Amino acid sequence: MGRLIIVGGRVIDPSQQVDRVTNLLIEDGKIVGLDAVPRGDEETINATGKIVCPGLIDMHVHLREPGGEEDETIATGTLAALSGGFTTVACCPNTDPPIDTQAAVHFVFERAARADHCHVAVIACVSKNREGKELAEIGQLVEAGAVAFSDDGSPIANADLMRRAFQYCLMFDKPILSHAEIPELTAGGVMHEGLVSLILGLQGMPAAAEDAMVARDIALAESTGGRLHVMHVSTMGSVQAIRRAKARGVRVTAEVTPHHFTLTDEALRSFDSNFKVNPPLRSREHVDALIEGLVDGTIDVIASDHAPHAKEKKLQELDRAPFGVVGLETTLSLVIMRLIEPGHLTWSQAIEKMTVNPARILGLNKGTLAPGADADVTIIDPELRWQVEPEELLSKSKNTAFAGWHMKGRAVTVIVGGRVKFRR
Amino acid sequence: MGLGIPELERPPSEWTRKHLLGLEELSAKEILILLDTAEVFRRLMLEGRRRIPLLEGKTCVNLFFENSTRTRTSFALAARRLGADMIDFSAATSSLSKGETVVDTAKNLEAMGVEAMIVRHQTPGTPHLLAQNLRCSVINAGDGPHEHPTQGLLDIMTIRQRFGRIEGLTVALIGDIAHSRTARSDIWGLKKLGAHVIVCGPSTLVSPRWAELGVEYCYNLDDILPRVDVLNLLRIQFERQLTRPFPSVREYAHLYGMNRERLARAKPDILVLAPGPINRGVEVSPDVADGPHSAILAQVTNGVAIRMAVLWLLICGGQRG
Repeated sequence: MGRLIIVGGRVIDPSQQVDRVTNLLIEDGKIVGLDAVPRGDEETINATGKIVCPGLIDMHVHLREPGGEEDETIATGTLAALSGGFTTVACCPNTDPPIDTQAAVHFVFERAARADHCHVAVIACVSKNREGKELAEIGQLVEAGAVAFSDDGSPIANADLMRRAFQYCLMFDKPILSHAEIPELTAGGVMHEGLVSLILGLQGMPAAAEDAMVARDIALAESTGGRLHVMHVSTMGSVQAIRRAKARGVRVTAEVTPHHFTLTDEALRSFDSNFKVNPPLRSREHVDALIEGLVDGTIDVIASDHAPHAKEKKLQELDRAPFGVVGLETTLSLVIMRLIEPGHLTWSQAIEKMTVNPARILGLNKGTLAPGADADVTIIDPELRWQVEPEELLSKSKNTAFAGWHMKGRAVTVIVGGRVKFRR
Repeated sequence: MGLGIPELERPPSEWTRKHLLGLEELSAKEILILLDTAEVFRRLMLEGRRRIPLLEGKTCVNLFFENSTRTRTSFALAARRLGADMIDFSAATSSLSKGETVVDTAKNLEAMGVEAMIVRHQTPGTPHLLAQNLRCSVINAGDGPHEHPTQGLLDIMTIRQRFGRIEGLTVALIGDIAHSRTARSDIWGLKKLGAHVIVCGPSTLVSPRWAELGVEYCYNLDDILPRVDVLNLLRIQFERQLTRPFPSVREYAHLYGMNRERLARAKPDILVLAPGPINRGVEVSPDVADGPHSAILAQVTNGVAIRMAVLWLLICGGQRG
């Protein structure tokens, strides 16, 4: 692997507070540094008018393999990730079998290496078989390479198990990623409980179901000293609780998805199951609170919660259709259109939430263009206009909530470990 | 085509809809077209005309995924009186139990040559899902707690027969508002025609957010009774409740049951409706159900007329030409 120089781009690297037009030099898969002068013998990428940033990291992705290959595979999911501008994805362990053994972790790494698209970090189960009863072999899983622990898809209803998980992970300094939901309050629910669910007669999932679980998890993290990361925050109450907890020093971080900061429960008026997600799309006041949380730093990370489901599973009655939407290929555009362009976040703040912040939470030596870092780089054309055609998405499943949307901004070149892996 | 009946010469040109999925999306004008057309069919039936073969050679399907007696037979009777063939399809005896999806089942039925599919399903939005995936007309015969438009129409028709108008009336829906599709269809239809609607029942089943839609809500039946023109006693939908929302049936009957004592405090010409099936002794005592204020049986007759109007307008009206 030789030298690669990216010239003339606007380099944004929040990890070093960099935002200026300059050149970026890569050699042998590592970042050499900024402000390099071309020698003439390097491979050159002209990034004039483009944004050059650390490779984007999506810390909440469902790759479905093993067990859900009809919906997505590690190969198709990581290709979709590249197309979306991501150089690293963290995959969730709610597969079949779940990722709760060393062998399962190795399987994911092996498949990811064979696909050779982007990096895959592995989130492993908190509990054996995701049953919420006893702890998985967390120490062994850490040795195998797991970077965080979660029973995502299901909440950990047993408060004592959650407390033990926080305590046990202390010795490995790994975070617990919480899918926060009181199951008794959401049983049978398909959408946010509010005026729209009242009109549609659909079983609601009250915001209190998330608020109460986030409050519990914060209390457990605070009392144990454990690290809590709240996945897919969707309510005003969660944002407020996390903000207060951070202010008093609790080790808590949080993420939000593009569909939660873009759409409201009004979308369900179509009865289209591509708007059925968990947590559900909330009402406007919650969406506004999420954006406030992104602005003031309460919410650290933007993650897609990419949840592919085959068409025949989604084309069912709303209560039978599974929760979830694909998101890898639309996340960056929605961040640009919904957060940067309206002035909620600067480019640097937005990129921070998709690079260095998730890298720090997961303990990855990534998300930076500092000398010596892995040369994962995303080049974005902020003006590129495109339309979401579900059938053109690279993900194996097409269950997007944004079919037909006119998008602005997209990754045009994606470099992983110094090699150009994707070009548009 | 019109069989010598001027009103049935052809459907009104203002009618353009292919599906009837709910009353929320209809205009007041469209609701009035349905009601007026139903009155023509009712008049003909009262004159003794059992067959009005406007749909000769057409085929309708009853696709019911939930139990039903009166809605199902009412649609079947309506179709036959119009001369259409009626296929009756029960989910319990179907290939759905073999894992076929609802869309595939409906498409297979449609392929047999069907003009209208009448769908009842426990999940809100299932008729909408089918309407998007089929070419035939889809009629919502009840989708979970969402809507039951023909029930709403027949309630409104019954009220209009008694009072000669809807505008200015106060109509109270009593009981399990949360789980009632009839409540939602009544609310939309009645409000569009100018009635004042009150929802009344236990606070676990009556959301204060109804106020945001211009509907009055209250928890005390006796408070509103003196100013109500019409009472619609909704059935308690035990089968849809995950945690029982009130302590006992006895307590419910005590607070909301309609009996002779309560009726004595109401307006003398109050009209009592029930979408049926009723839990006798819970929502309504037998003497009220069978008494002079009750229109429960008139509702059944009107139901056939409404469904004839719906089938004819959807199959022969609008874009179908």
